[in-house]
Amino acid sequence: MDVLYFAWVRERIGLPKETVTTDAATVADLVEELRAKEERYAVAFSDLSALRVAVDQELTDFDAPLAGAREVAFFPPMTGG
Amino acid sequence: MRVVVQEAPFDFGAEAEAFASGRHDMGAVVTFTGVVRDFGGGGLDAMEIEHYPGMTQKALEKIASEAVERWSLGDALVIHRYGRMEPGEKIMMVATAAPHRKDAFEAAEYLMDYLKSRAPFWKKEHSASGETDWVAAKDEDEDALTRW
Repeated sequence: MDVLYFAWVRERIGLPKETVTTDAATVADLVEELRAKEERYAVAFSDLSALRVAVDQELTDFDAPLAGAREVAFFPPMTGG
Repeated sequence: MRVVVQEAPFDFGAEAEAFASGRHDMGAVVTFTGVVRDFGGGGLDAMEIEHYPGMTQKALEKIASEAVERWSLGDALVIHRYGRMEPGEKIMMVATAAPHRKDAFEAAEYLMDYLKSRAPFWKKEHSASGETDWVAAKDEDEDALTRW
């Protein structure tokens, strides 16, 4: 699936998008896999309360299942308007 | 209902004039415009707004549809820019039309509250001294959603 990063999450990880092969059942499981990859991921995902997640372009939470998901995006709380 | 996400500036006067024109059953039109604000003393060089292209349009349409339904609006307009903007430039606007002003005002506030915290935009400030800072979301903006 495609994993997207925005704002300071993108800057900390150092890329806007990557394709990940995973069997993660939930967003939280995917986060654990990403954290284990490299230090920069561990840093970006160190405090989940500072992050928001969208699965297939819909806001959701870290318990959300990933079955059938094509796109997961991680970003800080939004600042529109 | 119209939702526009664009990098280019928009013509606020023309948009406000055209909005809900030709409707004779809407007694109230409310418009709100957000402007890049310098935080004092010329300290802000520019504001850069990042967004999530695949999601932004859908998220804004959902928010606008909810407002139209809840306040029985005759029409609603949301325009939100992304990219680099200088102090004084208009970032976004909303417009609502309803038979009565209370509904038009409330719906506009609802749109603004949800745009702030539920539309995938992120602001980064570029200061004149060359520093950059992501604007942090405020607790009060999140709290504002609870009143709806």
